[in-house]
Amino acid sequence: MSLLNVRNLRTHFHTEEGTVKAVDGVDLDIRPGEIVGLVGESGSGKSVTARSIMQLIEPPGEIVDGDIEFKGDSLRALSGERIRRLRGKELSMVFQDPMSAFNPTQTVGRQLHDVLRTHREGPVSITNRLLGRDHSPEFREEVVEALDAVGIPSPEERYGDYPHEFSGGMLQRAMVAMATICDPDLILADEPTTALDVTIERQILSLFRDLVDNRDAAALWITHDLSVVAALCDRVIVMYTGKVMESGPVEEVLSNPRHPYTEELLESVPRYDEPDDELHAIEGSVPMPTDLPPGCVFADRCPEAHDRCREAHPPMYANVGPDGDHRAACYLLEEER
Amino acid sequence: MTLIETDELTKHFSTDSGVLTRLLSDETVHAVDDVSIDIERGQTLGLVGESGCGKSTLGRTLLRLHEPTSGDVYFDGDNITDLSQRALRPYRRKMQMVFQDPQASLNPRQTVGELLRKPIEFHGIAEGEEAQARTAELVESVGLNRNHLNRYPHEFSGGQQQRIGLARALSVNPEFIVLDEPVSALDVSVQAKILDLIESLRREYDLTLLFIAHDLNVVRHVCDEVAVMYLGEVIERAPVDELFADPRHPYTEGLLESILLPDSAASEDLSKLPITGDVPSPIDPPSGCRFRTRCPEAMTECDRVDPELRSRKGERGERTVACHLYD
Repeated sequence: MSLLNVRNLRTHFHTEEGTVKAVDGVDLDIRPGEIVGLVGESGSGKSVTARSIMQLIEPPGEIVDGDIEFKGDSLRALSGERIRRLRGKELSMVFQDPMSAFNPTQTVGRQLHDVLRTHREGPVSITNRLLGRDHSPEFREEVVEALDAVGIPSPEERYGDYPHEFSGGMLQRAMVAMATICDPDLILADEPTTALDVTIERQILSLFRDLVDNRDAAALWITHDLSVVAALCDRVIVMYTGKVMESGPVEEVLSNPRHPYTEELLESVPRYDEPDDELHAIEGSVPMPTDLPPGCVFADRCPEAHDRCREAHPPMYANVGPDGDHRAACYLLEEER
Repeated sequence: MTLIETDELTKHFSTDSGVLTRLLSDETVHAVDDVSIDIERGQTLGLVGESGCGKSTLGRTLLRLHEPTSGDVYFDGDNITDLSQRALRPYRRKMQMVFQDPQASLNPRQTVGELLRKPIEFHGIAEGEEAQARTAELVESVGLNRNHLNRYPHEFSGGQQQRIGLARALSVNPEFIVLDEPVSALDVSVQAKILDLIESLRREYDLTLLFIAHDLNVVRHVCDEVAVMYLGEVIERAPVDELFADPRHPYTEGLLESILLPDSAASEDLSKLPITGDVPSPIDPPSGCRFRTRCPEAMTECDRVDPELRSRKGERGERTVACHLYD
């Protein structure tokens, strides 16, 4: 059974230049225990998808259609209060820039402590806050353990450090600790390693994989980097201008991509082990979000495009590989049948 | 022939700008320490290392965008370390820089035409209609067209903005360009086009390049030689194919092993961590070899003596490396 079930999600932004269909008809499933990679270039709608799931879309953005079911509940139907209680506890998020996700005026330890306390005991009353009765040694102990679990050296001492006293990699570890401290069922991670060096990135990926496995959680990992998907994820969803182009088990999608976009994207990754290969670029550029082509959104850049592709966006074809879970939205696959 | 050379170039920053605190504490950030590198005319030298290792500071200091703390910078044999701003001006024209974030490095209030014309006029290369004609040539040489001259930077995609950044650097006929992570902010599908453009411009204009990057996959494709930096020091230097085929310094080896590729077998390697821990603080770098705190091969000697960067014999020939393993 799926933990998260997203059907036909449409999140649009109403701007002066017209409606931006940032997410336009996305289907997505996450099962317990798995890490699903959501991959795409800038403007593909991957971050908006995660924010829509978290119910963090604000005007001029709007979820105009679709169902988001999490553990059987429709998130769109829940009240603001219910959603707030869910966030952090059952559903948490890791952001790309930890420096802006942490409050710079409070210590890292205290911020983790407060997350834990809020979800266990609810908000602190003003009287208790004024009297300084808002800190518990028991939660502090748990925070220190959590910091230790993400590999922060001497966590007891680092508890009282402010965010700026942490290095980028350490702060990202602390954010992973914050996102996992309440044992959530699902973690949405929005490019948390993009700003990090590959040496540190590997450490965080490995740590994250272990945390998810040990806690029997699940995760959606947003990235533009197919190499990260290869290293970390079980399944992958490839997005382009708000639409899913291909999805399936990572090994299959990477070794046997069925959508020309996935194929082109893989070819455009420079490889140190193939120094004599010419660098490959995808022709053209991502279309303006207010001015998407009428047919397949990739048709203008696709080496395989034919007349039909310019008329209507192709449907998603299932069973395009040996694993029934492999899907792609390309007319080429229909002709194969 | 050597175009750019540094001799024990050092750049330290004070952690505090206040006079009193500076007198009371002498905390300095050792951003670049005793770096001696040289770049042959027409060559592309890659500069790699983790963030905070001093790559960008080195690039900026050798352009004298930062004043060196000590050491010397030579351009085409001339020592430019102590030249006054006025005396430096002709060299400024010959040495340009392209930044990582194209949007932040282009004035949003100037049209592309203005952005390109200003440096041409400032350096007295051309004026009026001639300068105008030159801007048109420039945009075309980077794959844009004349109609783009009247537009503002925000009207362009990231890839196009980086083309404008390149055109601006080229506008004054430079001989040497520091490219500071020129494709890191771009989507992978457009990176290749910008890298190809850089390569064709290098050939067309006979440029010498310092290519600062953290992505080793990219470096493999565009550089002739590579210098690896760690905590302000160059720890290994080699022609690009030698470095990738046979890294000598344990840090270089770890960096190469850390590279991720989009292959289906990659997940099996994830638990293997070639380099653990963080880069230590450049305020108080470790004694001896700066990498020893993370080095799997560290020996007692490493915390006492800082290994100098020099040609050292290995089992497979000589190489320029700073490591006691090859003493």
